[in-house]
Order: sequence, then C-alpha cells, then structure tokens
Amino acid sequence: MTKANPIWIGMKYISLLIAVFVVLYPPYIIVANAFKTPDEYLTKSTMSLPDSFVHFSNFADAFSQADMGRAFGNTIIIVCVTLLLNVLIGASFCYAVTRFKFKLQGPLVGLFLFATIIPQITTQVINFKTIQGLGLTNHLMGPTLLYVGADILQIYIYMQFIRNIPYDLDEAAMMEGASLFKIFYVVILPLLGPATATIIILKTISIYNDMFTPFLYLTKPELVVVSTSLMRFFGSNSGNWQMVSAAILIIMIPTAVMFVFLQRYIFAGVTQGAVK
Amino acid sequence: MLSRLPFETQKRIIIVSFIALPLLLLLTFSYYPALELIRLSFTNWDGMSQEKDWIGFANYREVFTNPEIFGVFKHNIAYFVVGIVQNIAAIYFAIVLNGKLKGRYFFRLLLFLPYILNGVAVAYLFGYVFDTTDGSLNFLLGKLGLGGETSWLGSESFVNYTLASIGFWRFMGFNMVIYLAALQSIPADLYEAASIDGANNWQKFRFITVPNIYKIIELNLFLTVTGALEVFDLPFVLTNGGPAGASETFVMKIIETAFQFNDYGLASAMSVVLLIAVVVVLSIQRYFLNRGRD
Repeated sequence: MTKANPIWIGMKYISLLIAVFVVLYPPYIIVANAFKTPDEYLTKSTMSLPDSFVHFSNFADAFSQADMGRAFGNTIIIVCVTLLLNVLIGASFCYAVTRFKFKLQGPLVGLFLFATIIPQITTQVINFKTIQGLGLTNHLMGPTLLYVGADILQIYIYMQFIRNIPYDLDEAAMMEGASLFKIFYVVILPLLGPATATIIILKTISIYNDMFTPFLYLTKPELVVVSTSLMRFFGSNSGNWQMVSAAILIIMIPTAVMFVFLQRYIFAGVTQGAVK
Repeated sequence: MLSRLPFETQKRIIIVSFIALPLLLLLTFSYYPALELIRLSFTNWDGMSQEKDWIGFANYREVFTNPEIFGVFKHNIAYFVVGIVQNIAAIYFAIVLNGKLKGRYFFRLLLFLPYILNGVAVAYLFGYVFDTTDGSLNFLLGKLGLGGETSWLGSESFVNYTLASIGFWRFMGFNMVIYLAALQSIPADLYEAASIDGANNWQKFRFITVPNIYKIIELNLFLTVTGALEVFDLPFVLTNGGPAGASETFVMKIIETAFQFNDYGLASAMSVVLLIAVVVVLSIQRYFLNRGRD
C-alpha cells in the first residue's frame, strides 16, 4: 500500500485474472452453444464457437416453448404490484413511527426489527396454509402478498432515511397550513427517492430470482414465472443443451443489463441492505 | 379539509392508519407462523383433517434420532466450509480492489455480476459445466492432463462440495462488495500514521484493517452460516437431492415432509429446530459483538 512492490503488484493482477477467468469460463459454454444449429451441435465439439452469432432460432424456439412471454408478463405483474405496495406501506409506516411520539412506539419498532431473525424459509409450512386459507394459492396475488408481508427490508431502509430528513421541513410546511397527510406525500415521499430506488432494485432482483415461492404457490401452467418457466423447459429438454443454453441466456440477460446500467444504485443498495 | 383538524387529531389518524396494515402483515406472516409452528410441532397434524392429537415431544425425538432427518445436516457442512473459503477470498479481493489499481471498477463489476443472475439459470448453467461427458470443466481438466471423466454431480462423496462451489461462484462478489464498503470507510490517515511509525503491510492489515472491518466479518460469517443452514434451491434444481439422497439438505427435507408426506407436525418440529439453530447463531454473534464494544 505504500511502496509499489513489484511482486505484490504482479500477484494482484495474476489473482484478478484468475478470478476473471473463473467468473467468465462457466457462462462461456452456454454462449458458445446457444447459437449453434442442430447440425453444428452434433458435429462440433462442445467448446468450439458457433459459425455465426446471428443464429437466433434456438432463442425463438426456447422463448415460445418455455412460454416465456407469459412468464415475463406474470413476473412483471408480481414485481410491479409488490413494489407499489411495499413503497407505499413501508414509507407511510416509517413516517408514522419516526415523526411522532406515542405510547408503545418503542416496542412496536422493536417488534419489526426482531422479526428479521425469523428465517422466512422456516415459516413457509404455515404461510402456505395461510395463503391457502385466503384462496390465493395458484393466484398471482398469493406470492405478491408474501413478498409484501413477509419481508421488511424496506422498513429498515426507509426508517434510517427518514430519520436523516430534518424536521424543520415538516415544521415549515405546518406553518404554511399543510396537513400531516400532505406533509407526508408532498414533503417526505419525494425526498425518499434514493431510498425508494434502492428498494425497487433490490426487490426486483430478489423476486425475479426467487424460485421457491412460485414453485410452491403457482403450480398451474398459465401462472408460470421466469424461474419456473426455465425449470419446466429443462424438464422437457434435458440433454438438449443448445436449447437449454438459449433459455438460460434469455433468463439471465435482463438482470445483467439492469446491473450494468444501475450499478451505482445496486452497489449502494446491497451494502445498505446487508448492513441493516 | 384535513388541515382544519387539530394536529393532535391528525396525528392520531395517521398513526392508526399508517401502522395498522403493516402491523397486521407482520403478525400474519412472521409472528403467527412462528408461534403456530411451535404449537403444531407437538401434534401429528396431516395438514388437512380437522383433528390433530397432542403427541408431546415425539416429533422432536424423531428429528434428533432419525439419521434420515438430522443426518442431512452433515450435507450442509460442505456449504459452511466453502463459505469460509469464500469469505477469505472476498476479503482478499476487497483489499486488492480498494487499492490504487487500473481497471478496479471493471473488476468489481465483473466479480459481482454472478450475484444478480437468476438462481435457476445459474444452477442449469453449472449443470452444463459439470456435465460428465459434455461439460466444460472436464474439458478443461482433460486439456490440462488432469483427467476428465469425473462425475461432479454424481458422486456421493463430493456432490455437496460441487454444489457449494456454485454458491462460491455466485456469492463471493457479494461478500466482497460488503467488505469493500467497510474498507472504504476506514480513514486513510490511520494508514499514513502507521506508515510513519514504520508499520509494514502485514502489520497494517492485522492492526488497522481487521479491527475496523471486524463487525462486517462477523456479519458476513453470520450470512454464511445461516445461508449454509438454509440451502435449498441449488440441490433442489440440479440434483433433486441425489445421488441416493447424498445432496439432500435440511430445508429440502422440511418441504418434502410437509408437502409430499403431509406430515405437518414433523415438518413443523424440523422448522422449529432450524429456527432455533439460526437464532442461536445470531445470539452468539451478537454476544461477541457487544462484548467487543465494551
């Protein structure tokens, strides 16, 4: 860190190159095979590159066979409804518990913070019965309700954020005769922008990548989401690797693209979310 | 209209209306299931019938004495071991990328990339990589003259390490980014002062870096342990617990017991055991953390 030691510098770059290789080598095989025609797939070695990278028919076939149009549609519905409810419910809750003093405030906040130690995966057995009792198994709103109700990440993030908004702003608005409701959605809510961006990104990634919930709650074919579409497609195409490779790539690309464009928010969000 | 009400009344309306719904959700999906789990774990409920009999600790006895159930915890050990190595690698790369280095933003971006990819897609991707005949890992090993016919996912003795290594690939960058954030919050003058006092790089690491990121190391270790206890999707998607149940994990057992064998009582007892294991790990961590602060 002080003097540039050539051995240390060399070691750093060599270890980074190894790491880059380890990260990129696994995806190489799907990129190489997703573009191969059936003939190429049979005649060429697995590791060789295809003749052309504009052979998209595997992608088109995988997309239609795995019913991905519907899968993306359903996933988007779940993500949008979850985010909308999470942001509204989370922000308003945090406004109420951070801006006002009232009886049982401490225990109430403690109740929310304590809940994070209950691993969600253990309560699935009971939550399944609850969702079933509400008639929401095999209904897109079943997983949505779980995503909204069982995760309290947004409460952590909003609570820290609202505490840092100076109370003078509220007071100034009160002087001008604004109601407390108005202060919430005209003053506080817009200032929560960066926290909301973090929550939107983290939640979108976690819902998009979740397999457990849709697998358990959405078993009907027409309620397929991204993760389950790939599982079903693999089930009927196992061994047919050039098709599976194309399907894997289609599923991986949206979050990868999102990452490249929103990396700043993602890094910030991941750190905040973990250190909560 | 609302602004005509006195603030005290407005305040009351806001508190009640803004808190009622999240509180209801919290109670329904976090506390009720936790308590209900405990109650059901003492019964033989099958998940459907009206009646459930109180059977005392029989389910717990079953969990701890049946090697088919408690024994699967040893499959989770592989994830823990690999998780520790993963943390060491993460600290190393965090330190490397925290220094002055050409292309460090690119490296950070690339190493983190696997974390945000869809888990099922990653699982099948590695299904191809580990494929015995067509897989790219055996191809590479063959080229290097290290043999090339290993059945990575078909061997009972190391299938869990194979699966855990996918976890390494996926989560190392995530751990690294958290360490990196912690490193960046260490004031640079600490290092400068140490240099003036003649400290070498190892001493700086040992006496400045480690104490300053201690809390984050503990956090990451906690995530590693609970992650290892709760493994589900990789073995479920890739091997479905095979070969011969060698890669079954505790959570897979719970799901199977509840939803295939309809033994909700036993599944609840297993969930309670897992819940307690996680709470114990967390308490130990909090204890050491608070002791460190005093």
